[in-house]
Amino acid sequence: MAQEGAGPIIVMRDVHKWFGEFHVLRGITLEVERGQKVVVCGPSGSGKSTMIRCINGLEDYQRGEIVVDGIPLDGDVKHLDAIRREVGMVFQQFNLFPHLTVMENLILAPMHVRHMPRHEAEELAMFFLERVKIPEQAHKYPGQLSGGQQQRVAIARALCMKPKIMLFDEPTSALDPEMVKEVLDVMIELANEGMTMVVVTHEMGFARQVADFICFMDQGEIVEMAPPDEFFANPRSERTRLFLSQILH
Amino acid sequence: MAVPSQHPAAEVRPPVSERIGPLAWLKHNLFSTWYNSLLTLLVLWLLWATLVPFFEWAVLNASLAGSSKADCPSDGACWALIRIRFHQYLFGLYPVEERWRVLLAFAILVVAMVPLFLPRMPRRISYAIGLILVYPPVAYGLFAGGWFGLEPVETANWGGLFLTLVIAGVGITTSLPLGILLALGRRSSMPVIRSLSVVFIELVRGVPLVTILFMASVMLPLFLPPGVSIDKLLRALVGVSLFSSAYMAEVVRGGLQAIPKGQYEAAQALGLSYWQMMRLVILPQALRLVIPGIVNTFIGLFKDTSLVTIIGLYDLLGMAKLITTDPAWLGRAAESYLFAAFGFWIFCFGMSRYSQYVERKLATGRERD
Repeated sequence: MAQEGAGPIIVMRDVHKWFGEFHVLRGITLEVERGQKVVVCGPSGSGKSTMIRCINGLEDYQRGEIVVDGIPLDGDVKHLDAIRREVGMVFQQFNLFPHLTVMENLILAPMHVRHMPRHEAEELAMFFLERVKIPEQAHKYPGQLSGGQQQRVAIARALCMKPKIMLFDEPTSALDPEMVKEVLDVMIELANEGMTMVVVTHEMGFARQVADFICFMDQGEIVEMAPPDEFFANPRSERTRLFLSQILH
Repeated sequence: MAVPSQHPAAEVRPPVSERIGPLAWLKHNLFSTWYNSLLTLLVLWLLWATLVPFFEWAVLNASLAGSSKADCPSDGACWALIRIRFHQYLFGLYPVEERWRVLLAFAILVVAMVPLFLPRMPRRISYAIGLILVYPPVAYGLFAGGWFGLEPVETANWGGLFLTLVIAGVGITTSLPLGILLALGRRSSMPVIRSLSVVFIELVRGVPLVTILFMASVMLPLFLPPGVSIDKLLRALVGVSLFSSAYMAEVVRGGLQAIPKGQYEAAQALGLSYWQMMRLVILPQALRLVIPGIVNTFIGLFKDTSLVTIIGLYDLLGMAKLITTDPAWLGRAAESYLFAAFGFWIFCFGMSRYSQYVERKLATGRERD
């Protein structure tokens, strides 16, 4: 990855969000450098999905500041569009477009957002389908694929926009256990190539292997942030210890 | 239904001939119990008592010959009325020597629509939109005349099935796009647009079409400055289109609400704009879900066109009624109305079948998990 621009690519400063009366995010401050991989974990309802969805504006926030690749996320629609073009996202439920074939899913955004000619978009799509190891499924509909295959298509779809950052919102949580590995392998490969990644996941093996640091959230706050070795070996907070004891059995 | 009844595997089945023969079928389906037998006999008697006299009247004792009611059989249908006035059912009071223009316009439409049904047609949507924009002026030019040496024909003389098709065609082609816009408006996050859509939809759905047509034909002229008049047909067209677009909006909204939130989020995360998201991701799925509702609205609209008779336009039904008032055929209303009903049925049934075909076509190869 080209190391263009200086300073962190994602900056969140004292971000607060309320769902009505409920204070979901209570002052999130996070900086991610270019090429860094951050794994976000925490109990359900801790606000980790909400936090990651703030980065590409799928959720708004009421207080604080978010700057992505130098562009402030400040309610300006132009800024929002610019950020979304640079940030890819992979969802728990895949969210492929069921009325389009795999190929059509992949070329949709490059053609309509990047105004790429169709043949060029198709070449790009095949390149990424090969990267996620399912080029032979290009002309099937998403409903004909297994969950693991669908999630790999979803990753390829996001990569087709050549994003600078990839967000993963519990990418393996909706998968049958035997399909988790094929998706994680693709993500590990992507991480090794230097992609900036923010991953919400409970896959601690993955976290240990690729994360530059792990970010533990509870009740809308970042409780602890540490490199994996330190995080697993001697967690500082009681809440982290409790969480780890539950998740690592 | 061709679904075989399910027998437990262990059951001893009778020989094949007894299971699937017509007699066995009768016994199983129509005479399985005493009350089933009673109902069967009752229905048979009802059919006998109604269909047989009708068949005698409509076919056996009917006559197609003759030129006035004097030639009609006393106990049979007088289809001569339909034969002699057939062109009026089709064209209303449109001048006889100018009717080729109507036929030409419909022929152009049929030919122009052929590419839409070709299996591999590039840019089908653009072509359809182009057709919707280009065809109406062409058709209007042919129908109304007044240029290129074509004799002008007032819209008041348009009638019969021709008028029905004009109103229904305009209604269908405007109500779907308008309805989609209204449905999107109603779900918009912008308060002004949302309120305007809600007010329009609820207002229009809250009154009968007859009222709207009356308002358009009786009250509207009161508000216009003297000397300014809007064509009666145009007013009816606007009324019918707005009315059905309100219904269409609610049908489409049902489809929009059935699309999971994740589809919107995935489209947004890819950087699609609102209109790209709607056009490429949401509407293709939402409209597919509500094809039955859309066609239902179209069929309702097609039949509602007959309400324009109350503002003095003679569509197929209006024409059928007008013809019964001809002294030469007095007392032969049944034939006239039956024929009009048959005309409506053909088109509505055609739409219904076509929608089933489209649904089946779209369902293949897209099974979901």
